[in-house]
Amino acid sequence: MELFELTASALSEKLRRGECSSVEATQSVLSRIQATEDKVHAYVTLDGEKALAAAEETDRLRAAGESLPPLAGVPIGIKDNICTKGLRTTCSSKMLHNFVPPYNATVMEKIYANHMVVLGKLNMDEFAMGSSCETSYFGPTKNPQNLDYIPGGSSGGSAAAVAAGEAYVTLGSDTGGSIRQPSGCCGVVGLKPTYGAVSRYGLIAFASSLDQIGPLGRSVDDVAMLYDVICGHDERDATSARREYAPVYGNLDASVQGMTIGLPKEYFGEGIEEEVKTAVLAAAEELRRQGAVLKEISLPSTDYALPAYYIISSAEASSNLARYDGIKYGYRAAEFDNLIDLYETTRSEGFGREVKRRIMLGTFVLSSGYYDAYYKKAKLTQQRIAAEFDAAFADCDVILTPAAPSTAFRLGERIGDPLKMYAADLCTVPVNIAGLPAMVQPCGRAKNGLPIGLQLIGAKFSEKTLLGVGKAYETATGAFGVAAVK
Amino acid sequence: MRNEMDYEVVIGLETHAELSTATKIFCGCKNEFGGEPNSHCCPVCTGMPGTLPILNKKVVEYATRMGLALDCKINQVCKQDRKNYFYPDLPKAYQISQFDIPLCENGHLDIVVGGQTRRIGVTRIHIEEDAGKLQHEEEFGGSLVDYNRCGVPLIEIVSEPDLRSAEEAKAYLEMLKQILQYLDISDCKMQEGSIRCDVNVSVRRRGETAFGTRCEMKNVNSFSAAYRAIEFEAKRQIHILERGGTVEQETRRWDDVKGQSTVMRTKEDAQDYRYFPEPDLMTIIVTDEELQRYREEMPELPGAKYRRYTEELGLPAYDAGILVESATRARFFDECLRIGGCKPKAVSNWLLGDILKVLNELDRDIADTPLTPARLVELIKLIDAKTISNTAGKTVLDAIIAEDKDPAAIVKEKGLAQISDASALEGIVDEVLAANQKSVEDYRAGKTNALGFLMGQAMKASRGQGNPQMFRELLLKKLG
Repeated sequence: MELFELTASALSEKLRRGECSSVEATQSVLSRIQATEDKVHAYVTLDGEKALAAAEETDRLRAAGESLPPLAGVPIGIKDNICTKGLRTTCSSKMLHNFVPPYNATVMEKIYANHMVVLGKLNMDEFAMGSSCETSYFGPTKNPQNLDYIPGGSSGGSAAAVAAGEAYVTLGSDTGGSIRQPSGCCGVVGLKPTYGAVSRYGLIAFASSLDQIGPLGRSVDDVAMLYDVICGHDERDATSARREYAPVYGNLDASVQGMTIGLPKEYFGEGIEEEVKTAVLAAAEELRRQGAVLKEISLPSTDYALPAYYIISSAEASSNLARYDGIKYGYRAAEFDNLIDLYETTRSEGFGREVKRRIMLGTFVLSSGYYDAYYKKAKLTQQRIAAEFDAAFADCDVILTPAAPSTAFRLGERIGDPLKMYAADLCTVPVNIAGLPAMVQPCGRAKNGLPIGLQLIGAKFSEKTLLGVGKAYETATGAFGVAAVK
Repeated sequence: MRNEMDYEVVIGLETHAELSTATKIFCGCKNEFGGEPNSHCCPVCTGMPGTLPILNKKVVEYATRMGLALDCKINQVCKQDRKNYFYPDLPKAYQISQFDIPLCENGHLDIVVGGQTRRIGVTRIHIEEDAGKLQHEEEFGGSLVDYNRCGVPLIEIVSEPDLRSAEEAKAYLEMLKQILQYLDISDCKMQEGSIRCDVNVSVRRRGETAFGTRCEMKNVNSFSAAYRAIEFEAKRQIHILERGGTVEQETRRWDDVKGQSTVMRTKEDAQDYRYFPEPDLMTIIVTDEELQRYREEMPELPGAKYRRYTEELGLPAYDAGILVESATRARFFDECLRIGGCKPKAVSNWLLGDILKVLNELDRDIADTPLTPARLVELIKLIDAKTISNTAGKTVLDAIIAEDKDPAAIVKEKGLAQISDASALEGIVDEVLAANQKSVEDYRAGKTNALGFLMGQAMKASRGQGNPQMFRELLLKKLG
C-alpha cells in the first residue's frame, strides 16, 4: 500500500510513531496527483513547493520532540472559495481568476496552526453554484470512480481529490448539498456541520444564511479529526455559535444500540432511483441489525424546500456577488465607455451562465413588488421546514435519507437543463434550510459501479452523534478507499 | 403674479451624523478623519471577498442615547438590512443600514424660532455605515477611490415634514448638533462632513392641507447651505406653480458654490434598493438594563439647560442662548458654578466676553486651552476681593491661556495685585494733588472733568495697581 492510500487517521498514527515522515506522505500525494490529475482535474491551483516546505517544517518540529496535533503533517486540499493568504482564490470564476487574498480565512488559520500541509486549491462550480462541477471557469472535474461522470458539486474538486488519493482530507463548503452530494457521487465521507459551528470568515459568500464549511475524507474518523480542527466560535463571524466544542475524534460512540432512526417517507418516494432507495434501505437494515429502531416519519414540507432554497440562496447571492464590479479586485473588462458600461461589461464577461442566472433570479425576487410573494414566503417556508425537523427529532436520534436522488450522472447530461440539475440537491437542501448538521457516506454501488451515498441528518450540534452512527455503519461495511482512476 | 408669501414651504430633513466611536461600525479600523488615502481600512471595510461584518456595540449605544434624547420609542429588538446599489465608493455594493425596523422612532425635537417654540416630529433614527469618497483626478484622467470613510458609523435622523421655513430648518439642525455634542457622540465637525443632510422641500398654497410634490436635495453639507438650498428650491417650485406648471418629483443635487440645484434623477429613474435582512448579522437587542443606564446617564440637554439658566439663575436670554450653544462652554459654565464662590452673571460675562474673544482669535475650543473652570473661578474671586482690578484680570486671563499657570501665581509674578491699603493710596493722592495744582483749581472752579485727569495720574503713579474706587473716594474727600 502506498502512503497516499492511507486514511488521514492512519497517516497521523504512522507520523506519530515515526514510521514515515510528512515529507514522504506529501511526496506520495504529489506523485499521485502527477499521475491522475490530468484525468481528474481536481485542482485549480497546486502549491507543491510550499506543501513540501510545510511538511519539512512539521518533520523538523516532530524531530525536535514537539508535541503536535493529530493532523500535523497531513496533506490537505482546500476548496477554492476559502481565502488563503498569498494563494490565489478564484471561486472557479473568471471574475476572480487573479484574486490573491490579503488574509486567511479563520479555518485556514486553524489549518496552519495545526501544521497541516496545504497542497493547493480545489475546483468547484463557479461561486459554488452547481451540482456537477461543470460550471467551473477552469473546466470540469471528473469523477475518479468513472471519468465519464460528474463528481457532483459544487465541492466536486474536494470530493474527487479525496476519492482519487490526491489529498488525504479536504475542505468543502455546503450551501444546499455542495459537500454531501459530491461525497455521495465520489464515494467519500462528507460532513456539513450545523450552521454556526464553523466560522464563515474568509469563505467567499454564496448564500450567507446557508453556507457552511465542512470536512471531506475517506473515513468517518478522518472527517471527525478535521471537524475538530475547524469548528469553534469565531469573534469575526457574528453568525458563529458561542459554545464549547469537545473533541469528537477518539470519543465517538460507534454504537446505535437503542437509537431511533427516522426514515422520512418523502425521501423515498417519487424521483428517487430504485437502486438508490434499495441501497439506503439496506443500510438502514444494517443499523437495525446493530440494535437501532427504524421509524417511518413524515416531513411534509419537503417538497417546498427546493423552491424556497433557490429563492433564498439566489436572493443572497445577488447581493453577495454585487461587489464583483471591476473596481477593486478581480476581473475588469478591457474596454468600457463609462461607469455603467464598466459594470455591465465586467459582469457580463466575468460571470458564467449559471451565476448570471442566479443573480437575475435573486435580483427579481428581491425587487419591490415581488419581495413579499417570493422572498418573504420562502423565509416562512424555511421556518416551517425547520419546525418539522425539530418535531421529528423529538422522536428520532437521527434521520436517514439518500444523499441524492440518483448516482452521479454523465458529464454534460444536465448542464443544459437547470431544473434537472437543481433536482440533484433534493435530499440535501432541506438540511441547509433548517441549519442542521448532516453527513454523507458511501453505502454501496449501483450496477454501473458508481457509489451510492446515504445521508444522516441530526439535530443542531449533534455532529458527534452523526459521526458515531456513521462510524458504526462504516465499521460493519467498510469504507471505499482510494479509487483506481482509470 | 402672487406673492411668495401666499405659499407655505414644507420641509423634511434626513440628517446623517457620523458617530465618534473609536473604531468603525463593522471592523476594528480607527474611526478617524483624514489620513493618507486607503490607510484606515482593512479587508472587512473594503469589502474583500469572504469578509464578514461584526457590529460595534458602541454604535447601538450612541444611537440609542440619541433616540432617548429625542424622546423616541426605542425598538429594543431590531435588525439590519442591506441596501443594494452600485457605486465605486461602496465596496460591497450594498450599504448595511436599517429598513423597516429602525432602532428609534416616533420622537420629537423642540426648536425656538422668533421666540416661539415649535415641536418637530422625528420619524426615525437608524444606524448605517458610511461609504468611501471618490477623488476625480484630472491628471490621472479618471477617478480614484479612498475607502478611509467606508464603515464610519452614521445615524440617519429623519424628521417629519413639520418644518415651515429655511430658518426653522436651520434652527432644527443647530439643535440636533447641540444635542449630539451634549451626548458626546459626534464630533460635529461640519468641515469634515460629520453632519450632512438631504433636504426634502415642497410648497403649497397657504390653507391647503395636502402636501405638494416634493423634491429631495442631496449634497447639502452645511447648515447655511441647507438654508440657501431651501430658499432656492421653494422659489423654484413656486415659480413653476405660478406659471401653471407642475412640480416633478425628483432628486436634485445642490451646488452651494453656484447657489442652485440640478436634477440628479427623476421619479422614473428611482432606484430599487432591494432591501432585505442582512444575513451576516444577528438581531440587535437593547436590554432593559442598558436602556435604564442610558436614561440615568442622560445629561441635561440644551433646552432644559436654557430654561434653568434663564429661570433659575436669572441670566438674560442672550447669555443663556450663547452659553448652551456649545456643550463644552455650557459644561465649563456649570463646573464654575459647581466650584462656587462667584456669581453666575460674572462667569457668563467672562465666558461671553473676553474668553470668547480670545478663543476666537486662537480658533480653539475652551476645552483645548489651559483655562479651567477652577482657574476662572479663582480669577473672578481675585477681582471680587479687589486683589486685582478688572483690567489686570484681562492680563491674567491672557497669561493663563498663554503660560498655563494659576491666576494667583500670575498676579504675583507680574506684580498685578491691586493696592487697597488706604495709607499707601493716600500718599499717592497727596503727591498727585501737589503736582497738579492747576487741575485742583480747575476742579474747585467747577470743571468736574478735571477729576478724571487726576484719577488717571493717580492710577499712573500706582502703576495701575491702585484700587480705582478708593482713589476716587480719596480724591473727592481731599478736593472737598
